[in-house]
Amino acid sequence: MSTQAHMGTNRTGIQTSPRETKKMLTAEEKLQPVFTGDPADFVDIKVQSIAEADPLGSVPPPATVKGTLKSGMKKITGSNPQVFIDKLAERAAYERGGTRLYDALIVKFQATGDSTSGATLEELTSIRADELAHYHLLVDAIRKLGGDPTAQTTSADLVGVETAGLMQVVNDPRTSFSDCLNAMLVAELTDVDAWNLLATLAEGIGQDDLAQQFRDALLQENKHLQLVRGWYTRSVVDASA
Amino acid sequence: MTMKILEDRGTPLDRQRFTWREVSPKPISKLDDDAFTRIRIILMNGVEHEALRFQHAVARFDSELRLPLAQIRQIEHQQETLINWLIGPDHSPLETTIAYEQTAIEVTAAMARREPDEYVAQTLRFGLLEDFDHLYRYAALLDRLEGKDANNILQSYTDIVPGRPTHVHHRYATDNVRRPTVTRASHPLTKLHALTITAGEQQTHNYYVNIGPLFADPLARQLYAEIASIEEQHVTQYESLLDPTQSFLEQWLLHEAMEVYNYWSCAQQESNPRIKGIWERMLDYEQGHLAAVADIFKETVKKDPLEVLPETLPDPLPYASQRDFVRKVLVDEIDMRARGTEYVGPDEETEATLAYRDHVHSEGVPSDAVAAGYRYQPGTELARQTPAAA
Repeated sequence: MSTQAHMGTNRTGIQTSPRETKKMLTAEEKLQPVFTGDPADFVDIKVQSIAEADPLGSVPPPATVKGTLKSGMKKITGSNPQVFIDKLAERAAYERGGTRLYDALIVKFQATGDSTSGATLEELTSIRADELAHYHLLVDAIRKLGGDPTAQTTSADLVGVETAGLMQVVNDPRTSFSDCLNAMLVAELTDVDAWNLLATLAEGIGQDDLAQQFRDALLQENKHLQLVRGWYTRSVVDASA
Repeated sequence: MTMKILEDRGTPLDRQRFTWREVSPKPISKLDDDAFTRIRIILMNGVEHEALRFQHAVARFDSELRLPLAQIRQIEHQQETLINWLIGPDHSPLETTIAYEQTAIEVTAAMARREPDEYVAQTLRFGLLEDFDHLYRYAALLDRLEGKDANNILQSYTDIVPGRPTHVHHRYATDNVRRPTVTRASHPLTKLHALTITAGEQQTHNYYVNIGPLFADPLARQLYAEIASIEEQHVTQYESLLDPTQSFLEQWLLHEAMEVYNYWSCAQQESNPRIKGIWERMLDYEQGHLAAVADIFKETVKKDPLEVLPETLPDPLPYASQRDFVRKVLVDEIDMRARGTEYVGPDEETEATLAYRDHVHSEGVPSDAVAAGYRYQPGTELARQTPAAA
């Protein structure tokens, strides 16, 4: 496990192997290769595929008619309720994954004995508890609206793809606590915007109670962001001093 | 240094054991380890993969050998896992692809230079120029899709320029089958080369068909589909060199000898001491497998295994940049094509191949599209593109 960047035998750049690099860079001159085609061809296949693509998937309908009737779903009819459900499901997936990210971050914190960032176990555990609470808040919200909180909607699927790299960074034994904080900063930055969007959506469709709960969650996420940003900055500045 | 192949019986089978932790070792450093360490890892993963596939095939046809095959195959599987897990998770699938093509180029060229049989050497050179062009196409994809420099992986050992264009690699099936040139009388190097290159190409095909669907980008998906089909042709090409008259047991003996030879070659040239230790351990294990199969051979066929195996291993497979050789082959043989089992000029391909190629290309050629106008530049082609010109 590395604690900070160090000088070593990095072989990836052209300057570390001047003799071999010189030989490599003469290839075009020696071989006189033919570079055929128009670079626009690279884009054409993508454009054609976009035009022909099927959607990733869908949002499931409410589980039962009864569920729909007793829920707030009917109140938001006419305002594309599936968009709201999809975004709630996205955030639920994200907060569930976020809880697991903090689980991994806490392991890294304890295993590395980090002392440069200023983070404490209590603070990390508290954020982890917030993420879990947010997940349950969203599960309740989806259920109240007649949705299925266990379904993976389009946005919930995509958010998993988006955060896959963060998971890889935090779970790699070779990364430092500071490396992981950088990944967490990415996570928290997008989380703040997402909760703001959810609150705006809820207000727009008259779900004022939900909107208030989402604003409360946003306040907590803003605190997470400030903490993570501070820890990350400190860990890098200290390492470079 | 020479090695008598049956002199050391290696580690006995009942002492060849692994824990889950051992088969999931710490990975190498993508950034700091030498590219040839990764090349050896990729090749040996292929060698173990071939061992498993071959042994499974034999088990389906020979009930007598099923038990010893199962016993040795269980160990080969653990060996493959241990070796493949040395690749670090910071390699993207496309970066690993660059490393696979580098392995194909450097290993095929090293064999072609020393291969005593001219037809086998020609076949190796033929395949070499195709993998060389695949590297160029994938380097363009890595640059244009992920904004990454393929030389971060290649470490300046391997050129990135167009070779024989990938779009002419596609041939009708019967133009991929070569003459069964390897016989009992062949030079030991010829036998070892043919088996090793078949293993390498088989794992490359396997890798591409598994990771191709992981890409979101439609052009990347098409490119992997296109090049995977050529890797499958390469497996057909190289395995058809092998001697079809040999018994399963003779072939098994040769497979184990090939594994011994390759681990021995790796152990002697490895720069990372931890990985060198792994090669040495695997060499001991493979000597144990060879000794066990030699015993079965003696008991079953009542013959000396040295009637099948060379007494002494040839010099190790060299792991070093083959740039000058590859360039010469490129200049001399870029226009070569295949017709049946023979190598011919560019205008002598069969109607069957031309028709096959016309059809597969009738809705576009991904390998052309991905690298259209692409010239390698250190730091990616964006390093040449100034903001004002963009």
